Amino acid sequence: MMFKIAKYIIFDILKSKVLLAYTLLLAIICTSIFMADADVTKGLVSITTVMLIIVPLVSIVYATTYYFNAYEFTELLVSQPISRLHILMGKYIGISTSILLAFVLGVCVPIAVFAFSTTGLTMMATGALLTLSFISLAFWASTITRDKAKGIGLALMIWFYFAIIFDGLVLLFLFLFGDYPLEKAMIAIISLNPIDLARILILLQLDISALMGYTGALYQQFFGSGLGIAFSLILQLLWIVIPMILALKIFKKKDL
Amino acid sequence: MRVLLLVLCLFIPEMLISRTIVVAPAGKITSLKNAVALAKDGDTIIVKAGKYNSFNTLINKQLTILGQGYPVLDAGFKEECLTITAHHVKVDGFIVKNSKTGAMRDYAGIRLHHTAYVTISNNKLLHNFFGIYVSDSRNIQILNNECKGSAIQMESGNGIHLWKSNHITIKNNYVTGHRDGIYFEFVKASLIHHNLSEKNFRYGLHFMFSDDDVYQYNTFKNNGSGVAVMYSKRIKMTNNVFKENWGSSIYGLLLKDISYSQISNNNFIRNTTGVYMEACEEISISKNNFNNNGWAIRVLANCINSKFIANNFIANSFDVSTNGTLNLNHFEHNYWDKYEGYDLNKNGIGDIPYRPISLYAQIMEQIPQSVMLMRSFIINLMDKVERSIPSVTPESVKDVQPKMKPWKNL
Amino acid sequence: MEELIKISNLKKSFGKLNVLKGLNCSFNGGRVVSILGPNASGKTTLIKSILGMVIPDSGEIFFKGSPVVNTYQYKENIGYMPQIGRYPDHMQIGQLLKMMQDIRKKHSGLDESLIAAFQLQSMFNKAMHTLSGGTRQKVSAALACLFNPDVLILDEPTAGLDPLAAEILKEKIQEQKAKGKLILITSHIMSEVDEIADEVMYLFEGQVKFFMPLSQIKSSTGEEKLGKALTKILAS
Repeated sequence: MMFKIAKYIIFDILKSKVLLAYTLLLAIICTSIFMADADVTKGLVSITTVMLIIVPLVSIVYATTYYFNAYEFTELLVSQPISRLHILMGKYIGISTSILLAFVLGVCVPIAVFAFSTTGLTMMATGALLTLSFISLAFWASTITRDKAKGIGLALMIWFYFAIIFDGLVLLFLFLFGDYPLEKAMIAIISLNPIDLARILILLQLDISALMGYTGALYQQFFGSGLGIAFSLILQLLWIVIPMILALKIFKKKDL
Repeated sequence: MRVLLLVLCLFIPEMLISRTIVVAPAGKITSLKNAVALAKDGDTIIVKAGKYNSFNTLINKQLTILGQGYPVLDAGFKEECLTITAHHVKVDGFIVKNSKTGAMRDYAGIRLHHTAYVTISNNKLLHNFFGIYVSDSRNIQILNNECKGSAIQMESGNGIHLWKSNHITIKNNYVTGHRDGIYFEFVKASLIHHNLSEKNFRYGLHFMFSDDDVYQYNTFKNNGSGVAVMYSKRIKMTNNVFKENWGSSIYGLLLKDISYSQISNNNFIRNTTGVYMEACEEISISKNNFNNNGWAIRVLANCINSKFIANNFIANSFDVSTNGTLNLNHFEHNYWDKYEGYDLNKNGIGDIPYRPISLYAQIMEQIPQSVMLMRSFIINLMDKVERSIPSVTPESVKDVQPKMKPWKNL
Repeated sequence: MEELIKISNLKKSFGKLNVLKGLNCSFNGGRVVSILGPNASGKTTLIKSILGMVIPDSGEIFFKGSPVVNTYQYKENIGYMPQIGRYPDHMQIGQLLKMMQDIRKKHSGLDESLIAAFQLQSMFNKAMHTLSGGTRQKVSAALACLFNPDVLILDEPTAGLDPLAAEILKEKIQEQKAKGKLILITSHIMSEVDEIADEVMYLFEGQVKFFMPLSQIKSSTGEEKLGKALTKILAS
């Protein structure tokens, strides 16, 4: 049943122009970066910068907007013999498949064409996970609020917090407590932000040389062992699962 | 006259027609030691394939000793294997293995002491404490050897170890699994080239108090602590590759108290720090490639009059870092991939200067933990702002003529 | 006639606003029941509770004898026509009907009479967002009846319909009633209720003020018109 609902949502989204615009935006950014720069690694670095900002923003705002725009459709579905779990999961699958499709066409394809490498694959995987976690967050923001304006407002705040404020706070924290041994604390803190987790996974590819040094044995052990990669991946999965579980809990009790 | 003839008849064969002595496991002579005892200066000893015990065989005559089919000289972990004290000796084509290990003496596979014009070539030195150990010697050739240490840290000395020597050539050797791959102390006027030194516990090349040496076309890869060149003058380092030397305080190339030296046309790839310079003076660093390093170069503030010219800096996490100011050093005509200036007059040189020390690099100096924030939006933003309105990064460190495109064929 | 829906002590509040305050009632088949009441009396909340769109705070709803709060299977037997039907914008009428069949997994035994009566076939290729409000109401009505449900819940069914269509729908309602089905209607148009309802349930401040057959209302008040009869009852 989830997949049936997902199917109809995907058909519906594919007919709208917003997603096409997003796909084109990503494709143009990625392709022009690769065209402009002879050095592939530098291209990947530039794309990382763009990706870590734009992908979460569009994912969360688009998913929230779509959630509210299709609110009446949700009402219609709820009045039908379908469980609410399937309705919300169907919506999630539908929306995330559509946005992922845009991501694949806009980012993965250019990377595969111009920079097929471990780093490229890592970026594809983390970008996809990031998309999913911000759609999860969008569902949480959508179910916890009642109207579209509040929902989108909350979605933007979530994005702004994770994309910009969070790292600023971490930096401030480091300035204040830099004298203490903070290596372990830093790993814990970073895991509180899905964007940072994605960033770390890409760093492990792009800047392994720097991560291996300077900050002492802990990062080296942690990241050198592959444990770091597993850790980041699992936490990113949690960032997909937990907001969605919360959204489901709210949605099950929600009055439409 | 007759007497003279008689003397000539007796001695000329001895002096001019050198003899060849064959050692074989099932032959008349079954050990190198016996062969050396029988031989005279100028003789050739041929050792056939087979396994021979060799407990500190002393070569004290001018001999050419050739292995056929890689005969094995085994010291059985009891002694050194070969010691050469005569001039004009050549040892070629042996497997020399299992020297004794220990903290009391530097036991070696092949030891050269107080000698000259010796060639050690095409040997495989396996599981020796030290591989080839040269002291108080001159005009030595060490060619095409393979030194593989035990790969156990406590039982590893240096692969090729030189002490108080001069005019040494070390060419085309492969060293791995030792403490230091190649070790120089008080070695002058020597040439190290086309060697590969990798996966040694400490340094790929360790260089102390050795002036006027050249090393080129070597590869130093994935060594425990990279390469260290210290307390020396007039060193020329060209066309080498330094790669994958990873870890805190591990450097592709560590320079400490080096002066009047030249570092050019080298490749520094994927090192935590490409080049680290401490108390250096008058170093010319030019035409090198720095790719994918954590820090391409780290120059401490006690370095003076060094020039960084026409290098490529590509895909490094940080290009330059320092612990203070670098007023007395000079950057020019380098290619920096992070440069975002423009070139209105199309002369290939950016119109605004590039500041290779980013604000974030400065922050990293203070708070190493902030490595975790690399490439985050906030850091990128701070760096961008700092580049447009510099206030914290040292004004002195700038490349006023940054290249727009990378240098080719470096 | 069998009891289809029973509501027992249903309570629901939105924040500080108590909308349903322990509501009890039951509905039998073969009737048209009109749910009346002033604004904010809890009509819509009651309907949405039955449809599972609003989750009650306490109390229980029984459908054919089984408790159904927080379940969904029973909705197979309910057809719902919302006050304002909104559907995915880009979907065509034909696709919408197909999709609902797909979702309800019911492709046979369909009641397509309203589709025919409203002449919707000719518009199957029209996207939902191009339709007028009236046409959408037709689609909603057709959808509600499509699956032959035992219970029809119609929220202001004739509000946007043209007189002819309203007449068709009323006939349909009578037909369904004759088949023994329960039809729940909310409406503000008294003449309409007068015309089609068998029973009137009047809600006031979240409770059933009265629930009696239309004939009884009229006879007890001696009024011919429902509107006047209601005013009398409520005044007394």
